[in-house]
Amino acid sequence: MKNIKVTIDKKEVEVKQGTTILDAAKSVGITIPTLCYLHLKDFNITNRPAGCRICVVEVEGRRNLAPACATECTEGMVINTHNIRVLNARKTVLELILSDHPTDCLICAKSGNCELQTLAHEFGIREIEYQGEQSTYKKDMSPSIIRDVDKCIMCRRCEMMCNEIQTVGALSAVNRGFTSVVAPAFEQDLSCSPCTYCGQCVAVCPTGALTEVDHTNQIIRLLADPTKTVVVQTAPAVRAALGEEFGLKPGTSVTGKMVSALRELGFDYVFDTDFAADLTIMEEGSELLDRIARYLKGDTTVKLPILTSCCPGWVNFFEHQFPDMLDVPSTARSPQQMFGSIAKTYFADKLKIKRQDMVVVSIMPCLAKKFERSREEFSTDGNPDVDFSLSTRELAQLIKQANINFNALPESDYDAPLGESTGAAVIFGASGGVIEAATRTAYEIFTGKTLEKVDFTELRGLESIREATVDFNGTPIKIGIAHGLGNARKLLERVRAGNSGFHAIEIMACPGGCIGGGGQPLHHGDSSILFARQKAIYDEDKSKAIRKSHENPYIQKLYKEFLGAPLSEKSHHLLHTHYFDKKKVIEIDE
Amino acid sequence: MDTKYKMYLLVCGGTGCRSSQSNVLEERLRKHLKENKLENEVQVITTGCFGFCEKGPIVKVQPDNTFYTQVTPEDAEEIIKEHVIKGRQVQRLLYKDPDKKEIVHDSKHMGFYRKQLRIALRNCGFINPENINEYIARDGYAAVAKCITEMTPQQVIEEMKKSGLRGRGGAGFPTGMKWEITSKSPGDQKYVVCNADEGDPGAFMDRSILEGDPHSVVEAMAICGYCIGADKGLIYIRAEYPLAIKRLKIAIQQAQEIGLLGKGILGTKFNFDIEIRYGAGAFVCGEETALIRSMEGGRGESTLKPPFPSVSGYLGKPTNVNNVETFANVPVIINKGADWFNKIGTEKSKGTKVFALAGKINNVGLIEVPMGTTLREVIFEIGGGIKDGKKFKAVQTGGPSGGCLTEKHLDLPIDFDNLVKAGSMMGSGGMVVMDEDDCMVSIAKFYLDFTVEESCGKCAPCRVGNKRLYEILDRITHGNGKMEDIDLLRNLSKVIKDTALCGLGQTSPNPVLSTLEGFYDEYVAHIKEHRCPSGRCKDLMKYEINPENCVGCTACARNCPVNAITGERKAPHTINQELCIKCGACIEKCKFNAIFIR
Repeated sequence: MKNIKVTIDKKEVEVKQGTTILDAAKSVGITIPTLCYLHLKDFNITNRPAGCRICVVEVEGRRNLAPACATECTEGMVINTHNIRVLNARKTVLELILSDHPTDCLICAKSGNCELQTLAHEFGIREIEYQGEQSTYKKDMSPSIIRDVDKCIMCRRCEMMCNEIQTVGALSAVNRGFTSVVAPAFEQDLSCSPCTYCGQCVAVCPTGALTEVDHTNQIIRLLADPTKTVVVQTAPAVRAALGEEFGLKPGTSVTGKMVSALRELGFDYVFDTDFAADLTIMEEGSELLDRIARYLKGDTTVKLPILTSCCPGWVNFFEHQFPDMLDVPSTARSPQQMFGSIAKTYFADKLKIKRQDMVVVSIMPCLAKKFERSREEFSTDGNPDVDFSLSTRELAQLIKQANINFNALPESDYDAPLGESTGAAVIFGASGGVIEAATRTAYEIFTGKTLEKVDFTELRGLESIREATVDFNGTPIKIGIAHGLGNARKLLERVRAGNSGFHAIEIMACPGGCIGGGGQPLHHGDSSILFARQKAIYDEDKSKAIRKSHENPYIQKLYKEFLGAPLSEKSHHLLHTHYFDKKKVIEIDE
Repeated sequence: MDTKYKMYLLVCGGTGCRSSQSNVLEERLRKHLKENKLENEVQVITTGCFGFCEKGPIVKVQPDNTFYTQVTPEDAEEIIKEHVIKGRQVQRLLYKDPDKKEIVHDSKHMGFYRKQLRIALRNCGFINPENINEYIARDGYAAVAKCITEMTPQQVIEEMKKSGLRGRGGAGFPTGMKWEITSKSPGDQKYVVCNADEGDPGAFMDRSILEGDPHSVVEAMAICGYCIGADKGLIYIRAEYPLAIKRLKIAIQQAQEIGLLGKGILGTKFNFDIEIRYGAGAFVCGEETALIRSMEGGRGESTLKPPFPSVSGYLGKPTNVNNVETFANVPVIINKGADWFNKIGTEKSKGTKVFALAGKINNVGLIEVPMGTTLREVIFEIGGGIKDGKKFKAVQTGGPSGGCLTEKHLDLPIDFDNLVKAGSMMGSGGMVVMDEDDCMVSIAKFYLDFTVEESCGKCAPCRVGNKRLYEILDRITHGNGKMEDIDLLRNLSKVIKDTALCGLGQTSPNPVLSTLEGFYDEYVAHIKEHRCPSGRCKDLMKYEINPENCVGCTACARNCPVNAITGERKAPHTINQELCIKCGACIEKCKFNAIFIR
């Protein structure tokens, strides 16, 4: 492609044809402010409706101002990014947006992390000249996500995520003109929509219009309650991202500090969801092997491929969108739920307390976990296996509120017995990790041989859909991996068509897997953050002494003392689940 | 028209006349003809709109051009008995010239038609739009035949370019150039789209063309398809135009039946067919990118240009979008030649333009005049001047995107560029005339109210900015404005025009800017004196009693619905301004001219 020359603020720039003014300016160190624009490099995620008009610049010879994010450079273009005409226009447009936005920043969940607030600060807005009616809408509280659309600025990022990337179709622009807003169909609540609670809309929302349901206050109260034994579990991807909330470089693994912080906060037992991830591998891996063994023996009723089921956004997705295929995914519960189930039976028995006196809190990179924990099938006599699920952001909030100096904390270890885990468990946090962990265990059980090289690099990476064949001592096992629900849909369509040839497929709802989950610190469109988290995850795996789930001594002990064997009756009762056809669940309430 | 008949009764079948029972009238005419055994000598023909909607329903008698106005079904018998049988015109139904107070016997001598030149509307009011043979009899489908059998696509494009035809939808982009760009855009599939999403308040030329001469659009779309290499045409029409839709469907079906649409048209290798797509009446869907999104099943909202539809349009394929009136001109240009067409009009705006006259004008209706005709000729000669002898104040052209032109613009020759220079625009051809009783701040507010409703909401300046413009205008009309509001209006208008994403927002402040330019004093009167010079803004009106005239008859006090008037019998009364709701009941009852509005 040929190069073209443009002049930006009197600087000559040579760029490839097709480069936008925004990128051309960036290449010479000129940062044009943006608001609706979002680009996650290498993830194929771009939001460019050119709707906010904050990035407008003057192009000489053009009648009106041009949005830099969506206007391509043409040969000889002369661009001014900060003359009076441009500055006045940007400031006026920002004032207009602010004039239809609540100014309760002090008590907004996004305060300090809001892109609109940052712009208002940078533009030096001190008064809003254009005052007038503000649009108000009903607040929508779902089990995971709060929609406070009074704060919606119609950037359409959530809509793009929900429709183009996730293909969920829960959110789209409704109404016209001043009253237009992004909402589920007929302005119903999210709970009446096919929303999977993946939280990717929250992850990209520049304002406080989409936030997670906040449980921090309940946790503070429970931690002070002497009658309760409060147990916490932390998901694999949390440790790779939590440090960002405290100014640490993305990709800094903070496992030890996080454990210390949780102890300081007053949790009675600090455990690791990774333990339950190892348990998941035992159950899911055995299920995979069981299906393959039956298949190889000529059983035609066996469902292959087997699909992973640890991602609750993904489970919601196939319940809504592929109800004809409910028997395809593994029946293994997610690690969060396996943990809760074991904690409130095996561990409560050990402590000789009633399950009602134990509170299980999970720290998750995920918002769908909040919904998952509320599912009826995951409770006994009305007492849920997991009582609260907090996001990584909420944990950071708790730590800050308790004036704990996170960065100065010493590192410490998880408690036993539910705190011990292997390298196979930690990689659950990145796309491809679950299937790699399962492969490590399934290989050894299937072949009866010791796996020398545990790194299956062919299963790693961040390409949207990946395929690899692993040699199980002469038996080729074909594996598929997808992250992002739109990519999952593509794989699912192939499975539904019946000719995919896969034996096992791993699916994660969020781009990048849990490292990019809806409950993680906000990336603000910087994909290098996701890559750094991914690296941290695999580094942690490498540093572990044990890297195969079935070698976790506490897992072995759990089976010996309590469960018997994988897929045993007790395992089925405590560690497996069933799925529901949700296609018809969506009803519009009058 | 069939030559076996001696006489033809052309009855307007446009939406306006239909709503005044022209269809019943037509049945009665047929019935009375039959009763008199004349049905084989006199033919009743339903036509499209005559344009003279002010005086509808219209019946025109051929061959003598007798022009009957405001004909009711009850008049049918008299027309047959007097005119058809006895050869005597029904005097009371003839048009009376309002100036000379004389009866005009035929349409050729009516001021309304004298200055008109009907190209796009050539068949409206002449032929039965539901009969393809009548269209063919007036050179219909000759143009497409000529194109596909005698000319190469490039030759047709050259002819179009030479004609100087510019898009009649509003922006005035040269049609031939658009066709050329689309023809040169690479693509395995291309589309011709007819934009029939007419949305300007008061504009109805596209509807009238589709109702009165649908084949002209069908033919032109086929010609365009031939030029750009498309075998598929789509007409995007608002569902609120049921009659136009019905006639279009008939036209498409008739053209398909005789092989003028479909595969291998006229024995050539050229294939072309047309489908209809319905719009739900969103104004913004008249903007081509929003229209395309709507046709694709998406939310009707504009997308950024470039890429232009010519490069990436419907389903991402090169798409040529033209407006109905633009298409209606095409067959004539091909038949009569570009050189005939480009002699009409001004230097940069060729041909004619259809305008919908509305507002305080005597002859409300649809007219077509050569480009370069002055506003004065349109308003005072064709339009018959201002209603009730009032004074002309302004004319709003271009719909919500246009501006208000004043007395000083009356001798301006109308064309694309002159209107823009004067602070307005051609738009689709709406022309709303205002008189001395119209408040210009309220007029600007009216248009902003429309754009606030019709903005798609995608870009911030249009979504929020227009709302704020409206709110400022609203407070001025309520007497709560400040002089700083004028600065706010100016800056906001400038920024919206400069930053809005599509044509809707880029032009929506025009009514504000042009009224500020032409009627600044009215804004100041509202703000500083809390006075509406036209007496339109209720909140700024004050009813008062002149004690010198008031005899204390108590009629006003007895009729005031809110008991705002008090006073002793036989002594001057007073109005409590805080209670008064300005309903005007007192003025109506006062026999002594004692109550006046300040």
